[in-house]
Amino acid sequence: MAGPLALVLGVFLVAPVVMICVVSFWGATEWSIYPAFLFDNYAFLFSSEVTYRVFLNTFKYAAITWAFTFVIGFTVAYFLAFHVRSLTWQIALFLLCTIPFWTSNIIRMISWIPFLGRNGLANSTLMSWGVIDEPVEWLLFSDFSVILAFVHLYTLFMVVPIFNTMMRIDKSLIEAASDAGASGWQTLWFVVLPLTKPGIMIGTIFVVALVMGDFITVRFMSGSQSANVGRMIQNDIALLQYPSASATAVVLLCTVLLLIGILLRFVDIRREL
Amino acid sequence: MDQDLDLEFVGLTKRYGKTVAVDAISYHFETGTYACLLGPSGCGKSSTLRMVAGHESVSDGAVLLGGRDISALPPAKRGTAMMFQNYALFPHLTVADNVSFSLRMQGVDANSRSAKAAEMLELVDMSGFSDRLPAQLSGGQQQRVALARALITKPQVLLLDEPLSALDPLLRIRMRAELKRLQRELGITFIHVTHGQDEALALADEIVVMNNAVIEQAGKTRDVFEAPKTAFVARFLGSHNVIALPEGQIAVRSDALRLRPPEGAKLPGRITNIEYQGTHVALTAMVPGDQEVTALLSDTDFFGDPKDLGEAVGLDWEARAAHALTA
Repeated sequence: MAGPLALVLGVFLVAPVVMICVVSFWGATEWSIYPAFLFDNYAFLFSSEVTYRVFLNTFKYAAITWAFTFVIGFTVAYFLAFHVRSLTWQIALFLLCTIPFWTSNIIRMISWIPFLGRNGLANSTLMSWGVIDEPVEWLLFSDFSVILAFVHLYTLFMVVPIFNTMMRIDKSLIEAASDAGASGWQTLWFVVLPLTKPGIMIGTIFVVALVMGDFITVRFMSGSQSANVGRMIQNDIALLQYPSASATAVVLLCTVLLLIGILLRFVDIRREL
Repeated sequence: MDQDLDLEFVGLTKRYGKTVAVDAISYHFETGTYACLLGPSGCGKSSTLRMVAGHESVSDGAVLLGGRDISALPPAKRGTAMMFQNYALFPHLTVADNVSFSLRMQGVDANSRSAKAAEMLELVDMSGFSDRLPAQLSGGQQQRVALARALITKPQVLLLDEPLSALDPLLRIRMRAELKRLQRELGITFIHVTHGQDEALALADEIVVMNNAVIEQAGKTRDVFEAPKTAFVARFLGSHNVIALPEGQIAVRSDALRLRPPEGAKLPGRITNIEYQGTHVALTAMVPGDQEVTALLSDTDFFGDPKDLGEAVGLDWEARAAHALTA
């Protein structure tokens, strides 16, 4: 049975990655690319100050998005797992969480634009309430809107694994904690949180990998004013600089793998899989 | 004993919607009693225990401990501690951290915590295991840790929810002796929920037999066993025959039955089964009214006058061995 799986993985995962690796060593001129084994692409990448800035920006997006999706995801999962008593309601509310996923990513993203724009719903509402006198500029085409869209798009990826782990926590542990005099917060901190770590870690891997690899959200929500690594690769591709794009992709891939490797050192997720 | 630590149920009731799980039960446990709540599953014994522990709200009535109504207090403020059926040890904490968890919640510093935990582990004979995780312990060891964790809060009443049901039979008998020893040493009240009558008889000073949300019969273990009041209690405690006679139902212990010639005996019958049990022989006979009655004869009695399947016998008992039943 391993045969078909190996074939699928080989064709759709290993071969493309190998191809990108190979191309990343190719040479390029302004009008052509040619097979070679050069380190030019990497040398240029690592010598450019832009690379570091863009990578830093990408990490920033990932970190902030992670923090928000974690807090929201943990809260939602906690509510579903420990406060909703009946299984029927749990399933119903869980499905409710997935409703945004019935439309495509891009539509969900774009629907923020009329809401956040200069003359959008948010600004006009705030003005009519008298909270602000002039439209707030940073609502759209800013880091704020990029992160807002990321959080909106990816929180569910945090909710699902955390909820899954929480559902496996023996409810009598919560009772045992309250028997030992733990307050609600103490139970959360000393019992629920440590036992939920594997789920948090899986959610973290999802969110970090998705945000690090994203280019479309950053492009739409920042109005092309901010860049992340995905945008950098996209630009190269638009200029037909495939070797340079490949080199950036390889560096990004290694960065993400390294990050996940570090995360897995801290938490054992094996019993969750 | 300090009279002030008696545990009392006053019209204690638990309702789930329209179902009544515990129906206005009242009982008084004296300080330092080992009491068993005994009954089939669904009889309300676990709900009762959980109401005492504070993990289930009281629908009506009250639980008094030392004259103080504890039914509205949070679990840790009641002076009770609970040992859970599956032990409910925190899987991510070491044995010592599990045991001292309640001290950590109170903000006790790490040194006194570990000293106290070591003391409790000593009490349950688990001293060498303080750095292990629960998953590295056997069932019996986990139970000792759970006991230590419950006792570290210095409870006045220890509540045990089917504590022995997860253990294999041999270990169960050993832990049984252990529980009894601990209770004697600590002198506090133990309330132990079980559906095993042998466990209850072996451990309890008092048993409370529950059925259908009410107390069927309660009292000193021996008094209840010697004089069951209802057919349910007689059957549930075992070793009793419930016999319907024209004058009413009676319970007779199977070892109180004697074999006689059919003529002149209280009950004539025909032997349907003979079971050798080592020290005893259990002899089952069909008596009028299609009832099966079991007589437990000592091996000398039986082999001194062996019987065969199908043979007609008479069953007899002393008048004081029979207890009239109410239902």
